[in-house]
Amino acid sequence: MPLVVELVSPERTLFSGDATMVRARTVGGGDIAFLAGHAPFVGALAVSTVEITLVEGGSEKAAVHGGFIEVSDDHVKILSDLAEMASTIDVERARKAQEKAQAAAQNGDDDEAMAALARASARLVTVEGFH
Amino acid sequence: MAGGQERILRRRIKSVESTKKITRAMELIAATRVVKAQDRASSARPYSDEITAVIVDLLRAGAAKEHPLLRDNPTANTAAFVVITSDRGMCGGYNTNVLRLAERAIEAARAEGREYSIIAVGKKALKHFRFRGLTVDAEFEGVTDQPIYDNARDIAATIRRRYETGQLASVDLAYTRFLSAGTQQAVLRRFLPLEVPEITEASGPSADLEYEPSPTGILNEILPRYLESRLFSALLDASASEHASRQRAMKAATENAEDLKTTLSRIMNRARQDSITTEIMEIVGGAEAMSADKGSAHELIPSHLEPEHAFPVHLDRTDHSPSIH
Repeated sequence: MPLVVELVSPERTLFSGDATMVRARTVGGGDIAFLAGHAPFVGALAVSTVEITLVEGGSEKAAVHGGFIEVSDDHVKILSDLAEMASTIDVERARKAQEKAQAAAQNGDDDEAMAALARASARLVTVEGFH
Repeated sequence: MAGGQERILRRRIKSVESTKKITRAMELIAATRVVKAQDRASSARPYSDEITAVIVDLLRAGAAKEHPLLRDNPTANTAAFVVITSDRGMCGGYNTNVLRLAERAIEAARAEGREYSIIAVGKKALKHFRFRGLTVDAEFEGVTDQPIYDNARDIAATIRRRYETGQLASVDLAYTRFLSAGTQQAVLRRFLPLEVPEITEASGPSADLEYEPSPTGILNEILPRYLESRLFSALLDASASEHASRQRAMKAATENAEDLKTTLSRIMNRARQDSITTEIMEIVGGAEAMSADKGSAHELIPSHLEPEHAFPVHLDRTDHSPSIH
């Protein structure tokens, strides 16, 4: 039995479909993958990538900037107040943002620059798949 | 002379016509915006439903309920009111209804000896309260036309900061609920402290959920999001109501302009008719007078003299057929 996955942002449902596996990263820093029959789970997501392996093959990736994941009865619900599907990410922009944030983080190590850096990196990882 | 009146009327008709075009355009725009706002409200619903479900699960799992957003602030004496209105007028009684409701609530709070604090969303609320001599502590403009989640985040952050530091005893939300395209209702809703849905003991298997990090840790993360999402749905509701009200007001205005145009054209046509009649009278009168001057002696013989020679009463006739003599 496949997993029923929904990825919702406050403004709309970004993805909804069946999957064999969902991989995400929680605030603790560890990746966690869910297969069908997983025990009920609630977790807070880190600024990272969520990968949804589809039943019909292939996968969907999304950059999530915080949020929550709830798994129960083979239903996976991913709530994120800022989420982007890989196909909608502007790589050029993300790369520029990453460079800018990196420079800012080196100059004055403030939280905002670090957060921006994390967001930009998450976007790039989502699209290009390296860590 | 009557031609001047005609010109003035013509100018007024033209101005009514262009006003009608504007109101008609605004009506159509409002109509599409209502649909859009409704769509957005319904696509925002899964998120807020889910977030509520997760909170219920967390509380069932025994997450600590001492989050600053859940507890009362017994030392604070300030009641805050978030009032959501539009930036522009031309939407009938939309703003008046919310503002009246909010003002009554503020008066009630003051009568109880509490302080008030106003957070105005929309220019109309800001202007209204300033005019009444009330202080507005925070203002947000350019939000209600097409609210985005970032707006909700900003407003929620302002409220949350002040509530968490214990400055506010309560936060109420005054906005207009969208019931249907024909019915909107101004409502006042308790926003903070958050009311936690009652947990019944007969809860299902959700007690053995796994959590990462702890339930309390997740709850602390999720409550601010819950706040934002509730505010966001209030903003979307208000926006849909605003556009529905505007659509109705503009429809009425367009119809009024149409009526006014009919009335004015009628008056103008009569004025034009009058002025034409007067002109003809003048011309014919002049012509008669000239022919009377040139008249030969035999025409003045009393037996030939018809009454109309002396009394040109027939001259108000508008036809040009020759007179009988």
